[in-house]
Amino acid sequence: MEAVASELKPDALIARVRASRRNKNSAPFVLDVSVEVPVGITILFGPSGAGKSTLLDCTAGLVRPEEGRIALGEKILFDTETRVNLPPQRRRMGYLFQSAALFPHMSVEENVAYGLDQLPANVRHEQVREILKAFRVEGLRTRKPGEISGGEAQRVALARSLVTEPRTLLLDEPLTGLDAELKSSIVDDLRAWNAAKRIPILYVTHSREEVDALGERVIALENGRVVSSGSPMDVLDAPRRKRLAQAAGFENLLAGTVHDLREADGVMRVRLGETACEIEVPLGYAAAGTRVRVAIRAGDILLATEQPRGLSARNVIEGKINSLERRGTMVIVRVDCGVTFLAHVTPGAVRSLELAAGRKVWLVIKTHSCHVVD
Amino acid sequence: MAGPLLLSLKLASIVALLLLVVGVPASYWLAFSKWRGKFLVESVVALPLVLPPTVLGFYVLVAMGPCGPLGKLWGAFFGHGLAFTFGGLVLASVLYSLPFTVQPLTAAFESVDRKLLDASAVLGAGKLRTFWQVILPLSIPGVVTAVVLSFAHTMGEFGVVLMVGGNLAGVTRTASIAVYDDVQALDYAAANQTALVLLLISFAVLCAVYGMNRRVWKLWPAS
Repeated sequence: MEAVASELKPDALIARVRASRRNKNSAPFVLDVSVEVPVGITILFGPSGAGKSTLLDCTAGLVRPEEGRIALGEKILFDTETRVNLPPQRRRMGYLFQSAALFPHMSVEENVAYGLDQLPANVRHEQVREILKAFRVEGLRTRKPGEISGGEAQRVALARSLVTEPRTLLLDEPLTGLDAELKSSIVDDLRAWNAAKRIPILYVTHSREEVDALGERVIALENGRVVSSGSPMDVLDAPRRKRLAQAAGFENLLAGTVHDLREADGVMRVRLGETACEIEVPLGYAAAGTRVRVAIRAGDILLATEQPRGLSARNVIEGKINSLERRGTMVIVRVDCGVTFLAHVTPGAVRSLELAAGRKVWLVIKTHSCHVVD
Repeated sequence: MAGPLLLSLKLASIVALLLLVVGVPASYWLAFSKWRGKFLVESVVALPLVLPPTVLGFYVLVAMGPCGPLGKLWGAFFGHGLAFTFGGLVLASVLYSLPFTVQPLTAAFESVDRKLLDASAVLGAGKLRTFWQVILPLSIPGVVTAVVLSFAHTMGEFGVVLMVGGNLAGVTRTASIAVYDDVQALDYAAANQTALVLLLISFAVLCAVYGMNRRVWKLWPAS
């Protein structure tokens, strides 16, 4: 089937890779996947430690798989059978790292020109100027990476990768840590570039927003294996598997036992862990006593400082704030209700509600914000 | 006083330069090799740090003697022995000061962010270009530290010089030997003059290193 598909799409990246990694403190990790990345943006999605970066490193030639075959259209980059292993410098890949990895001792201009050393100086300058302009960073030409912001650095790094006209683009969580506005403008740049060049792009992320903004296709990786692939909706909106649910932005994943079914109400109650804490979830095909997991997005949990009444939300759980942690424009609140819940609130809400560690609060969760998985 | 001091300066300059030539590839290998037996080489390079100079000097002297392998080889080319010559002194000093070059260099190379090396490779640069354009420019403080420390350490060596070079005026009588000589002859004034200059040079050199970058020099890079 792969062969047929690759005939249809001559420039697709096809990688079959087995690579293992031994860590001192954990069981050996084995990446064993077979993926096809057609022209366009394919999202590689999964929790950290799933092997996403390892797959990119193998594709770029930075990590040597024990076994496999990596080809770009007709061109074979790696093949254990015929003993082909092109070094990274001959694979013509663009690779954007999470850290931008600009050379700190070179100016922005020199960084972008780095991959063009084969070209005559005047052509090189022209191309560098053009791409800096296209990415709206021409004003930074003479600056050093230490003198520009994280977003600018990532934009320069993107320009540096793309100016070499790579035949594949690999992006490893390139937008993590950037603010939303910047993210979307870089995403727009990337989409525009993709529309013009049409090469396979493999984009690693665990941000749901980026998947929605970019994804044509999603490959979900878990524990070194492909667990599903397809459109973003197919892969992500049905959190049937625990690890995937975690990655898809369900910060709360609580183990529990189905306590009783209330078919008339369309709900069932799940007792969380070994505690008395019970939560009402949509009715599923589970019998009382079944062990299930309940996934809840931290953003779907409301906090109240007084016991709320007269709500349609069925789950009002009393607890105590364990800790508050500021993350950019968001505050992660850990609430101990026997089990620990994570809730996201704004810094403004923390201030006006005077939320602090030790404070008693009530969590409010709609029944339909509780997803039963497994 | 001037003769031995000039000789010491000449020796230290040549040794520091030679060590840079030898030390850069050696340190590159130590920093990036994945060979499991690397610790063996690391230990050999670090040996002069813990060995009494007389022990090192003794073995170097034996190797350089007319029956030793180095002495024979040298003799075949130059028609005379290596022991008690300036050339022999240079060779012994290179060995003796090797860790003072290799350790700061290795530490500096290792501290270059590996992601930058990956980025360089992906952008089409081979290992050599990556070294010249990325690793080396980012290791300049380490390179300066290595040169300065090996220079200073060679200036101050005594035991190895005495064992290998003896005490021949103008050939192998370095400043540190001259101080010893003067003290033996109870000429404390002369000893003090040379000693003071050595002290000041050493202090100035260390000030330069530590003032410039205190992070690069450590006893042995944790690896």
